[in-house]
Amino acid sequence: MTSLTPGIDTHGGRAETANPLYVRHSPVVRAAHWLNVVFMAILLMSGLQIFNAHPALYWGKQSTFADPALSMRATGQDGSHGVTKIGALSFDTTGWLGLSKGSDGELTERGFPSWITLPADQDLATGRRWHFFFAWAFVVNGAVYLLYALASGHLWRDLTPRAREWREITRSILRHAMLRFPRGEEARHYNIIQKLSYLGVIVFALAMILAGLAMSPGMDAAFPFLLELFGGRQSARTIHFILAWSFVAFLAVHVAMVILSGFFNNMRSMITGRYATGERSPDDAA
Amino acid sequence: MPPDTNRRRFLGLAAAMGVLPVAGCDQDAVNAEVTATLDSAETLTRAAQRLFISRTSLAPEFTEADIAPSFRPNGSVSPREHGYKAFAKTKFADWKLRVEGLVEKPLDLSLADLRAMPARTQITRHDCVEGWSAIGKWTGAPLAPILDLAKPANTAKYVVFHCFDAPDYDSGDDDGSELSSDLKPDLYYESIDLIDARHPQTILAYELNGAPLPVSNGAPLRVRVERQLGYKMAKYIKSVELIADYSKIAGGNGGFWEDRGYEWYAGI
Repeated sequence: MTSLTPGIDTHGGRAETANPLYVRHSPVVRAAHWLNVVFMAILLMSGLQIFNAHPALYWGKQSTFADPALSMRATGQDGSHGVTKIGALSFDTTGWLGLSKGSDGELTERGFPSWITLPADQDLATGRRWHFFFAWAFVVNGAVYLLYALASGHLWRDLTPRAREWREITRSILRHAMLRFPRGEEARHYNIIQKLSYLGVIVFALAMILAGLAMSPGMDAAFPFLLELFGGRQSARTIHFILAWSFVAFLAVHVAMVILSGFFNNMRSMITGRYATGERSPDDAA
Repeated sequence: MPPDTNRRRFLGLAAAMGVLPVAGCDQDAVNAEVTATLDSAETLTRAAQRLFISRTSLAPEFTEADIAPSFRPNGSVSPREHGYKAFAKTKFADWKLRVEGLVEKPLDLSLADLRAMPARTQITRHDCVEGWSAIGKWTGAPLAPILDLAKPANTAKYVVFHCFDAPDYDSGDDDGSELSSDLKPDLYYESIDLIDARHPQTILAYELNGAPLPVSNGAPLRVRVERQLGYKMAKYIKSVELIADYSKIAGGNGGFWEDRGYEWYAGI
């Protein structure tokens, strides 16, 4: 288990040489990362507020009201059940989706519950204001990050997988599954799984922005290819929704990995920049 | 939403970001600041979209096969405002569209006059701010030539559509009776700038899917502003007014829904 505890091998003076701190994250990367935490939390919560104005998703150019791909409604004789439908499947999600308690404690028909939407109560106009303001903030932050990543070489040096790494991908996956993380010299670089995850997040973010723009009637007039790309405005809305929850799934795995691979060390590196690689442990060899 | 929730959320956020010292803030001032800050995104969005969208770039048009089997009406579906029902009874034979305001030559156009003008038919997608879309075929008189007939003054910057409907009273499950004439409900209105007013797809539509515009979709006349959201496309139009600024009309934000917090520029 020593590999799970970075720095455990360090004793007194040895720590200086055996477990040195090196600068893992540049100030731009750290700032962009934490701003994104705030921006994406607001975007998710205000996005769910917007979704709640019409809690149904469709596939194609327009809404097929009788036949949604997904819907969250209160049903039953007195509307006492929250029901989520995905295609032909139907789930009772009372208290969570379709019907949940608002800030007044009353069960009310709403897609997502008020504790996860911004604002909490149904208020599409305000939700849109929050969403579009922080969409701009997200785009500016992302643009600064991407320009920096290209200009500084971060994208090529730290994030682009090398041919050798592709060959070792199976081994890397197995080691992640066993929660055995690289240490020593090897930990100075992202491994292939990390590289693919972080590159994937960037691609997802770009897709997210494009799918958002495809929902704009103004942008559709300027760039009709946005509609072709996503298969219509309602498909774009559905894809935007799926990508949002993909981010939440990424976040769950990301946070788990941060905790499992040395919470303190990881947090320090994303706050101060400095990361301890730890000594290479014997069971990591070969 | 209760202002308290908004305030708490913002202060929490500001504290988390280290932007504001939480203690000692005038909370109403903070609230106003938040609203003003969030609203600045609308200006940015409008400027950015106007940069990318040329004046004449068209909203996508679709084929007959794409037309929705029934076009979903929204907002008012049966106006109860004094006067409207009488017009509806005679199929709007006595109704006339007034074009007025900052124009050299005010106009009164009957439905027959409008039908006699050059027409445009377009199959377009209607996007509701709620998130849904419906495709319909609209036929109507383009607004630009009507403006040319009325000769707007140089000071005219916006076109306002004044409407019969009062959405607060016209929901589908009312008893349908006429509103008391003592009642002064907030009537629907909308405004667009001259760029959108003169856009080739901006038409005063009197037909939906080849039939006279049904009452639920805005009879006798509704405007189509295809590069913006549905709430810009006023139904039940009573008159068209050219103005220099909309701050004196109703709530002062340029439209019924704008007075209730929605963006004036609804291209997104």
